Amino acid sequence: MEREVDARGLLCPEPVLLAKQALDSMNGGTVKVLVSNAAARENVSRLAENKGWRIEISNQGEDILLILTK
Amino acid sequence: MNKQRLLIISAGGVLGLLAVILVLMGNPANMGFCIACFLRDISGGLGLHRAVPVQYIRPEIIGLVLGAFIASQATKEFRAIGGSSSFTRFTLGFFAMMGMLVFLGCPVRAVLRLAGGDLNAGVGLVGLVAGVAVGVWFLKSGFSLGRAVPQQKSNGYLFTAFMTVLLFLLLAKPAFLFFSEKGPGSMHAPVWIALAAGLAVGVMAQRSRLCMVGGIRDFIILGDGHLLYGFMTIFIVALVGNLAVGAFHVGFAGQPVAHTDGLWNFMGMALAGWASVLLGGCPLRQLVAAAEGNTDCAVTIMGLMAGAAISHNFGLAASGDGVPLAGQVAVIFGMLVVFAIGMINLPVVVKGGVSFGKGS
Repeated sequence: MEREVDARGLLCPEPVLLAKQALDSMNGGTVKVLVSNAAARENVSRLAENKGWRIEISNQGEDILLILTK
Repeated sequence: MNKQRLLIISAGGVLGLLAVILVLMGNPANMGFCIACFLRDISGGLGLHRAVPVQYIRPEIIGLVLGAFIASQATKEFRAIGGSSSFTRFTLGFFAMMGMLVFLGCPVRAVLRLAGGDLNAGVGLVGLVAGVAVGVWFLKSGFSLGRAVPQQKSNGYLFTAFMTVLLFLLLAKPAFLFFSEKGPGSMHAPVWIALAAGLAVGVMAQRSRLCMVGGIRDFIILGDGHLLYGFMTIFIVALVGNLAVGAFHVGFAGQPVAHTDGLWNFMGMALAGWASVLLGGCPLRQLVAAAEGNTDCAVTIMGLMAGAAISHNFGLAASGDGVPLAGQVAVIFGMLVVFAIGMINLPVVVKGGVSFGKGS
């Protein structure tokens, strides 16, 4: 199962809340989260880590893509 | 301990220590750092309000913005963005400042006041938590001010340029500026020390994302205490520092730049917390984000400064004597406005067969 969350241009905590919704609705699989600032990257990473998801981070132009898998 | 945790604790430690030092060097008691008070002083220094005791161009604010700007350049985190309900953010900032000036301080100063033994600040902090909790309900219900989008780079530089102009004005001291001769505005650490302290806090706050309102918010929503470590460290370091230099005096009465009206300490900070959580962070975080190129946050700072100007021009701000009736009315009115903004920006899931995505 795969889901995508577009949190570009949103200030915290909205990226985290959107990512949390996606993670909570799945037992495992892949969630791709697109954010556009470093604070959101760290907050989403911390959330995913606490919930036991693996995190892969890459830059996509000005934005940051987090691929969360479990 | 991971790197992020170490950063947030270091940021809190640096701020707490510098706050104690700045008071020793001349800042008003329990006001080593206060974003609300210092923006209010700058409003006064520029003549936007005529409250004679609180007019000064505070170098701490200038340094903080320059420090955060330099850090965001060095880490390539600078992004010129904007367009997320700018005027709504101005309005929220405007009323958040009214609340903070009824309490007499921002979340940073609330913690510093408590670390100086001022128990009125404890009442204010309870109000802050209550206000954040109300704001969290709106966030959980889908409140959003919408997305910011990339802008021309020059937009992002303007706010830092404005602060640089303020620095030149402070150094040149032209006659059209206002500098208090007595009262809190006349009490300040030497310019270069205050500027250097601001720079250090700006760099640390940018790297660590230090934010009190965000800390309370994340703890309520996610049970995540990460950001709160920063403010706990500010409290502990400032408390130890105050005890060491004999600046700790516990009690309610006779506290510096404070009043003892518990109800309005609570209400003022509740309004500030509620508005700030809808804005995405406390005034310190707004300054840092503005330095990072977020023009919506720059507009929020202008809202805070306008709120300070109106508060003092129309006698809404509290003083050591208490909270004027007009200030109490302003806080209630502010809460009504923030409530209305909260309700209006809740998501409309389906309307006339067209669904609106969150934040778009």
